Amino acid sequence: MSDKPVISVKDLTISFGKTTVVHDLSFEIAAGSTLALVGESGSGKSVTSLAIMGLLPDRIGHAKGSVNLEGRELLSLSEREMRSVRGGRVSMIFQEPMTSMNPVQRIGDQLAEVIRIHRGLRGEDLRAAAIELLRTVRIPDPETRMAQYPHTFSGGMRQRVMIAMALACDPALIIADEPTTALDVTVQAQTLALLKDLQQKTGTAVLFITHDMGVVAEVADHVLVMRHGREIESGTVHELFSNPRDPYTRSLIEAVPSLVGKLADDTIPAKPIEHLPVTFPGDQPVLEVNDLSVRFPVQSGFLSRTTGMVHAVDQVSFAIGKAETLGLVGESGSGKSTIGKAIINLAPMHSGDIKVSGETINYSDPQSLARMRRDVQMIFQDPFGSLDSRQSIGSAIIEPMKVHGLAKGREAVEKMEWLMDRVGLSPARSSSLPHEFSGGQRQRICIARALAMSPKLIIADEAVSALDVTIKGQIIELMIDLQAELGVSYLFISHDMGAVERICDRVAVMYFGEIVEIGQREDVIGRPGHDYTQRLLSAIPITHPNLRGQRPLPSGAVAAPRSPIKPLDFQSPPSSWSMAAEGHFIRRAV
Amino acid sequence: MSERSTATVEIRERKSGFRSFVSKLNISTWAGLIIVLALLAAAIFAPQLATHSPSKQNIMDQLAEPGSQYLLGADQFGRDIWTRLLYGARYSLTIGFFAIVVALFAGTFIGMIAGYRGGRIDIIFMQVMDVVLAFPSLILGLALVALMGATLTNIIIAIAFTATPAFARIARAGVITQRDREYVQACQAMGFSGPRILFRHIMPAILPEVMVMASLWMATAVRTEASLAFIGLGLAPPTPTWGGMVRDGFDNILSAFHLAIVPSLAILLLVLAFNLIGDGLRDVIDPRLKDAS
Repeated sequence: MSDKPVISVKDLTISFGKTTVVHDLSFEIAAGSTLALVGESGSGKSVTSLAIMGLLPDRIGHAKGSVNLEGRELLSLSEREMRSVRGGRVSMIFQEPMTSMNPVQRIGDQLAEVIRIHRGLRGEDLRAAAIELLRTVRIPDPETRMAQYPHTFSGGMRQRVMIAMALACDPALIIADEPTTALDVTVQAQTLALLKDLQQKTGTAVLFITHDMGVVAEVADHVLVMRHGREIESGTVHELFSNPRDPYTRSLIEAVPSLVGKLADDTIPAKPIEHLPVTFPGDQPVLEVNDLSVRFPVQSGFLSRTTGMVHAVDQVSFAIGKAETLGLVGESGSGKSTIGKAIINLAPMHSGDIKVSGETINYSDPQSLARMRRDVQMIFQDPFGSLDSRQSIGSAIIEPMKVHGLAKGREAVEKMEWLMDRVGLSPARSSSLPHEFSGGQRQRICIARALAMSPKLIIADEAVSALDVTIKGQIIELMIDLQAELGVSYLFISHDMGAVERICDRVAVMYFGEIVEIGQREDVIGRPGHDYTQRLLSAIPITHPNLRGQRPLPSGAVAAPRSPIKPLDFQSPPSSWSMAAEGHFIRRAV
Repeated sequence: MSERSTATVEIRERKSGFRSFVSKLNISTWAGLIIVLALLAAAIFAPQLATHSPSKQNIMDQLAEPGSQYLLGADQFGRDIWTRLLYGARYSLTIGFFAIVVALFAGTFIGMIAGYRGGRIDIIFMQVMDVVLAFPSLILGLALVALMGATLTNIIIAIAFTATPAFARIARAGVITQRDREYVQACQAMGFSGPRILFRHIMPAILPEVMVMASLWMATAVRTEASLAFIGLGLAPPTPTWGGMVRDGFDNILSAFHLAIVPSLAILLLVLAFNLIGDGLRDVIDPRLKDAS
């Protein structure tokens, strides 16, 4: 590693029109080291990367200061010269591997194009170079994969192809803009390890943009925390984590899950049992789900005959007590959201029964359905999408009360104002439209709307996952307060272990449509019994850079991918469980 | 890239919805609006603006040249062309407007139901619409008018029928994109009824596109009406319609070409105006389509 920095940014100021979004930002990155640019949305971190790449929107975006890459001043280069820098000396990896690839071009062709442009290879040499690159990023069977289209690749594999493209021209600097945010934790862990490994081999400097301090702890050498376009704090990663000076930095660090990996203690002998008993605190469960299965038909052929079933959820049982929060965790595709949807009839139930307050819901009876819809409310992930953008928020909160005949006129307005006040919004803004609110405020509106029906249970489907760290903390606090005050129960569906750890009393882990482990939060997170739970937890980014390398990384080979598509006459094998502690059940391998 | 969008949100001045909408209309849209309003005024105030009676024949002044007595000349029966043009605007505008209003309501309703319910209802509704769409609108209008008789109402119904599938399609497409949005799921989760979700929450989202479609199709309706009149299936003479005037003028195209040209220009002007308005509205409502056309 040389002492001369690969890139040095001095007093970078970026403005859009009259609004300045980044103020006097300065940093340097040496070869082979990683600078993490940390901040929440709107902090100016992505704009900074765009400015380095010369990709600010032409007419309105304007950058001042100095960006020096290997002795060349980038801000004064012409568009033509800049093009050779982009993809030549600097490459970029984007957040969304699904959309940053051309879906109608073969993987091999896309990769080869980048190599051809920057290295001028042709024919067999080009092909060989592309295969070599795919092998470097550990794509299995690269010769065959070259001829395939992006949709046949999983998210993690696509991101590795993106890394391959970024490496294609041997860049001096890689800008990685939230490269693992859209990935599941186990895939994220693999991707980060790969990136780190390749960086060590090639000596590339990396500018790593993220909002996740866990990821920072895993990969960064230096950290720069940004807020509202200004530098809040910077330093080496060890300094920053051990001794954060700014309260904002401290709040970011504290948002990382901390129970994980604390109490690995397997001294308790597990007792085998035949059938999973449904447990809950208190004397009557608010929600009881017995042997719930959700299947979707797979149709094929000329007459669209059903040839198989996708087993999205398979014989899942659990219960939630009064004022209790059950967390449903798992990676994408594990069926956790489908359970929430099946309960409120947004997904078709195949078998099983669901009881709300001891009463079995009859999904074909409109009255029973209407009762359930009063008692069970849902908060969705995307606070931007789940509100009608043309309806004032006051009317959005009142509408469900009117529809269900709970309140009308003056009474409904008063309740709406009380609710808005209760979730921390000024009732004076009830006539505003959703776009006038921030994401966190919108999620508060969604909560107020859900509470308007005085429900017994709220299903929160990734309700805080899209929010910034500090906002996420506030919303979780609000949910906990409301639970204490109103005695509402939550089914908290999330992949975010930090949030789950803070709000949930009990946790259930989903894997391929089945619950593999359920129990008290401390038991499941602190003493995970099932292989998958252990793998999931060990993939969660560490809390402090000192812990680097102390945990085994989950390897991709452990889990043979299982197809959820089963033939029509498929019978699920009986499950067998062991009990590790009171109410802590672990599914045993068949 | 969220930073960029937040920045633009901050920069954008806050204006009331209508005023910001008006300020975004371009110059050609204004031209279209002015032409339509002028023609509307001409139609309303036809009795005041007219210099002669629209149906009174004057054998002495057959095929009179444009001049002081007859502003735009007279036709082969000696009727004043200027006057007939003014009264003709009434029929063109009435038919164009009401045919499209009927088609808008019927088509949007069909398309929304088809899009929201999906499945068999969707297939049946849209297949029927496709069959209607497969006919050229003039041929279909011709058949319907021939079948029902050439009265004002029947012509409106016939033209509305030909325009309905266009609205059904655009409404269906709009509903399908909205249907799987989270806010619709949220409404379902709260137990709102289908019609409430469809008409209270989804419809406002698709209306802008439907309105653009309406102004573009008004041009088509005006043209279809003129074509029907031109081939003799419009309102019965001596009712002054622009299409009918073009046809009458055709007989004397060599000796007095202004008989056909003047009403043709009137049709051209109205069709152009509707198209300008439609294009302008589309640019404001959906800027992405601007370059695509």
